[in-house]
Amino acid sequence: MSMEEIRGFTAVQLAEQIKRKEVGVVEATQAVLEQIKRVEKEVNSYVTITEEEALESAKIVQEKIDKGELTGALAGVPVAIKDNMCTAGMLTTCSSKILANFVPTYTAQAVLNLEKEGAVILGKTNMDEFAMGSTTETSAFGVTRNPWNLDYVPGGSSGGSCAAVAAQEAFYALGSDTGGSIRQPSAFCGVTGLKPTYGTVSRYGLIAYGSSLDQIGPVAKDVTDCATILEVITSYDKKDSTSIKREDTNFTTALKEDVKQLRIGIPRDYFGKGLDAEVKEAVLAAAKVLEEKGAIVEEFDLSLVEYAIPAYYVIACAEASSNLARFDGVKYGYRTKDYEGLHVMYKKSRSEGFGVEVKRRIMLGSFVLSSGYYDAYYLKALRTKALIKQAFDKAFKKYDVILGPAAPTTAPKIGNSLNDPLKMYLGDIYTISVNLAGLPGITLPCGLDSKGLPIGLQLIADCFQEKKIIQAAYTFEQTRKWKLCPLAKRQEAYL
Amino acid sequence: MSKEYEIVIGLEVHVELATKTKIFCSCSTAFGGAPNTHTCPVCTGMPGSLPVLNKQVVEYAIAVGLATNCSITQYCKFDRKNYFYPDNPQNYQISQLYLPICRNGSVEIETSTGKKIIRIHEIHMEEDAGKLIHNEWEDCSLVDYNRSGVPLIEIVSEPDMRSAEEVIAYLEKLRMMIQYLGASDCKLNEGSMRADVNLSVREVGTKEFGTRTEMKNLNSFKAIARAIEGEKNRQIDLLEDGKKVIQETRRWDDNREYSYAMRSKEDAQDYRYFPEPDLVPIVISDTWIAEIQARQPELQTEKIMRYKTEYGLPDYDAQIITNSKHLADIFEMATKLCNKPKKVSNWLMGETMRLLKEEEMEVEEIQFSPVNLAKLVELTENGSINSTVAKEVFEKIFHENINPDIYVEEHGLKTVNDEGELRRTIQQVIKENPQSVSDYQNGKEKAIGFLIGQTMKAMKGKANPEMVSSILKELL
Repeated sequence: MSMEEIRGFTAVQLAEQIKRKEVGVVEATQAVLEQIKRVEKEVNSYVTITEEEALESAKIVQEKIDKGELTGALAGVPVAIKDNMCTAGMLTTCSSKILANFVPTYTAQAVLNLEKEGAVILGKTNMDEFAMGSTTETSAFGVTRNPWNLDYVPGGSSGGSCAAVAAQEAFYALGSDTGGSIRQPSAFCGVTGLKPTYGTVSRYGLIAYGSSLDQIGPVAKDVTDCATILEVITSYDKKDSTSIKREDTNFTTALKEDVKQLRIGIPRDYFGKGLDAEVKEAVLAAAKVLEEKGAIVEEFDLSLVEYAIPAYYVIACAEASSNLARFDGVKYGYRTKDYEGLHVMYKKSRSEGFGVEVKRRIMLGSFVLSSGYYDAYYLKALRTKALIKQAFDKAFKKYDVILGPAAPTTAPKIGNSLNDPLKMYLGDIYTISVNLAGLPGITLPCGLDSKGLPIGLQLIADCFQEKKIIQAAYTFEQTRKWKLCPLAKRQEAYL
Repeated sequence: MSKEYEIVIGLEVHVELATKTKIFCSCSTAFGGAPNTHTCPVCTGMPGSLPVLNKQVVEYAIAVGLATNCSITQYCKFDRKNYFYPDNPQNYQISQLYLPICRNGSVEIETSTGKKIIRIHEIHMEEDAGKLIHNEWEDCSLVDYNRSGVPLIEIVSEPDMRSAEEVIAYLEKLRMMIQYLGASDCKLNEGSMRADVNLSVREVGTKEFGTRTEMKNLNSFKAIARAIEGEKNRQIDLLEDGKKVIQETRRWDDNREYSYAMRSKEDAQDYRYFPEPDLVPIVISDTWIAEIQARQPELQTEKIMRYKTEYGLPDYDAQIITNSKHLADIFEMATKLCNKPKKVSNWLMGETMRLLKEEEMEVEEIQFSPVNLAKLVELTENGSINSTVAKEVFEKIFHENINPDIYVEEHGLKTVNDEGELRRTIQQVIKENPQSVSDYQNGKEKAIGFLIGQTMKAMKGKANPEMVSSILKELL
C-alpha cells in the first residue's frame, strides 16, 4: 500500500488495517513522518517531533498487537499531542519561552490512556502560548499555518493539533479547550473536534490555563474517530478532584444515522451582527439537512450571549494569573541571565519568559482578583457564569441539541488579529459559553467559503449528553463528501 | 508610668496534623528525611499536577472543632492565597478564607485569677510550605519541599486574652486537647505547633482596641511569655512618649529578647484570594459529624473522673497526670501491667517530676517505657528491692530506659532477706558502736536510727529495713 493511501485512512480505518496486517505500525508511522518532512517547514504544526522514539514505540506496539496484547480500536495509530500535556521525558513547552527547556517527570492521564491502548506518539503540537489565543500566533516557536491556505491562521489555541490532522501529519491529535480552543481551530482547519463535558477527561498533567474551564478532547478526521478517541481518553481519575465517574461512556454506540424526532434548537442570538454571510448560509443549510433527515428544528432565544465573553475573560484570566505564578525561574524553565536578588530574578525571568498575550492576561487576572475589585469583577463573573448555565438548562428542557456556527468567520489572515485583542476575543463568542456551562460541544466541517476555507458547524448538548451530538454530527457527516485539504494531497513540498 | 495599661491578645495557632500523608498528595509527612525525598509532582508544584484532599485532614479538623465547641461549616471550600516566595512551589498556598471548616468556638482556661472563656473565631485547613536553606558559604539558597503540603490547621482566637498567663493557659489547653484527640503531637520545638501573637495595649477602662502588632517566631512557651512582656513594654513606652504603635508584623529574637519589624501594613501584600478551582467543595453531612463525635477519644475531664472512680486516685494526682496525654498514656499502660495505680502515680508525680525539673525537660520528652515502670513497681511491692534502691533504679529507667529486672539482677541490688546474714552484720555493728547502744538503752530512741543506718551501709543498702529494725530491737 502506498504511503499516500495509508495517510488517507482515518484513525479507526488505520487500526482496522493494522489489525488485518494490511499495514504495519512502523509503516503507518513512517507515512506520517514522511508527510511531516514534506510540509512541516510551511505548516509548523509541531513544537517537538520525536521521530526516533515514535519509530521505536511503533515496533513495540506492533509486537504487542502481534501477541494479541493490544486489541483496542486505536492500537498502533500514530497521534500528536498538544504541547500543554505533560509527557515524561519529552519536552513540554506550552509554546512558551519560559518552558522552552521543560521536561516533565510524569505523563498526563489522558496521554497515558492513549498509550495503554497502543498509541504511537509522534510529538507535541504548537499552540497559542499557554493556550491563550485564538490563532496560534502567540506561540514562542512561530505561527502555525492553515493547511488549506498558508496565508491564513489555523485558529487556536490547539492550532497545531488541528493543522497536523488536516495536513495528514498525524492521524489524530489531542487538543484542549478552555474557551473554544479545540472547536474553533477544528472549524478553521476543516477537521472534527470535540470538547467533552467538564470532568469527563482527566486534567491531571494538563498544564492549567483556566482550571474550571479546561478540558482535553479529540481532534480527528471524522465523527467516528472523535467518538472512538473520546471513549479511550475518558476515565475517572482520583488524581483530578474535578473528574467525574460517568455511567455510560460507550460513545461509539451513538454512531448511528438517525436524527428522527431529535429536537434541535437554533439560537437566534448566534445569527445576529458580526456573523459572516457565507458562514451563516452554510450553517443554516446544515440545519436544513438535519431537518430533512427527520429532526425537529426550531429557532429560539438563548439570551445572555453577550455576557459570556466578559465573564469568560475575567474567570479564565483570574485562574491563569494564579496558575502561571509557578513559572518563576526557581524550579524549572527559563531563568534570566543577570539578576541581583530574588525579586529581580522573579521579575526579569517572568518579563522575559512570557509573551505579550500571556502577560496581558496575567495582569487582567491579577487586577480582577485584587482587593477592592474582587466583588465587582470576579464574583460578578461567577454569577454571570451561573446565569448562563441556567439559560442553557432552560434551553435543554426544550431541545436535545443546540446548533450554530463554531466561529463568526472562517480563518483570518496571519497578522490580522493580534493588534486588536478585543476583536480577537469577540471571535470566541459561540464557543465560550459552552465552557462556562461545562457542556459538551463538537464542531465539524459543513462547507467551504469563497476563499476555499473550511466552515465549521457546532453542535452543543446538555452535560453528559455527548452521544446526542455525536449521533447528530454522524448523521450530518453521512450526507457529505470527504474533502482533503490541498496540502494533504500534495506529493512534494513547494520549496 | 502614670497611666494603667492592659494588654489585649489574640492568637493564631498553627498545628501540624498527625496524618501519615500530606494534605493534597500521598507523600509522607515524616519529620526529617533527606531533602526533597518526601516529594512528588503535586507537592513540588510541577505544571499539570492537581491536588486531591486527604480525608483524614478534614476529620481531624472537625474533631478539633467539636472539642473546641465550634460550629462545623457543612459546605466548606478551599481558596488560593497568592504570594511569591520560593518555599511555596506554586506561589500560592491552598488555604481557606471564605468558608473555613470551623467557626465560633470557645475554650475554657483556668489561671490564678480563676476560670475564663476564650472564644475561637475560626479554624481553617491549609498546606504548609517548604523550607529554605541559605548556604552562605556557597552564597546560594536551597529549598527542601519535604514539608511542602504537610497539613495544618490554623486556630484563630478572638482578642480575649489579657495576660501572658492566660495565653500560656490557652495554648496548654489547646495542646492538651489536640494531643488527646491524636490530631497532632503539638511539639513547639519541632514546629508542629506554632503561635503568632497579636497584641495591643490600651488604657484600662477604654473600650476601643489599640493598634496591634503581630509577632512571629515564637517556639517555646517561655519565649511566648517573654515576647509578650517585651512587646507590651515596647508599646507602652511608645504611647508614653506620645508616639504611635504601627500595625506591623514583628519577629521575636528570643536570644536578644527583642522583636524587630518584618513588614508594616503599608507594604502588606494583597493575597488575591479566590476559590481553589482544582478542588470541589466539601460537603459535611450530619452523619459524618456524628460519626466523628462518636469516635472522639476520652478528653481530660472524663479521664479525671475515671481515674478517681476506677483507680481511686486523689483528685490532685488525676489532674496532674491527665494534664499531659503522654503522661496519662504512661500511667494507664503501667497501671494495666502492675495493677497498682497509686504506686504508679507516686512515681510519676514524685520522682518523674523531680527529674524533669532537674533536667529542664518537658513532660512530652519522657522516653521511658511504662513496662519498665510497672516492673519497678512490682519489684518494690514484692519486697525484692527496698525504696532506696528503687529510687536509684528509677533514675536509670528515666535516663536510659533500662529493664529493672535485669538491672537489679546484674548489679546485685536485691534486698537481703537472709536473717542469718543480717544478724551477723548487726552484731558487728553493735560491737563497733557501743556509744549508740548505750544511748539507746538509756532511753534515747533516736539512737536506733543511727544503728539502722550503719547496718544499711554495711549491707550496701540492700537490707530489708523492717527486718533490720526488728532484729536490732531484739538484740538490744
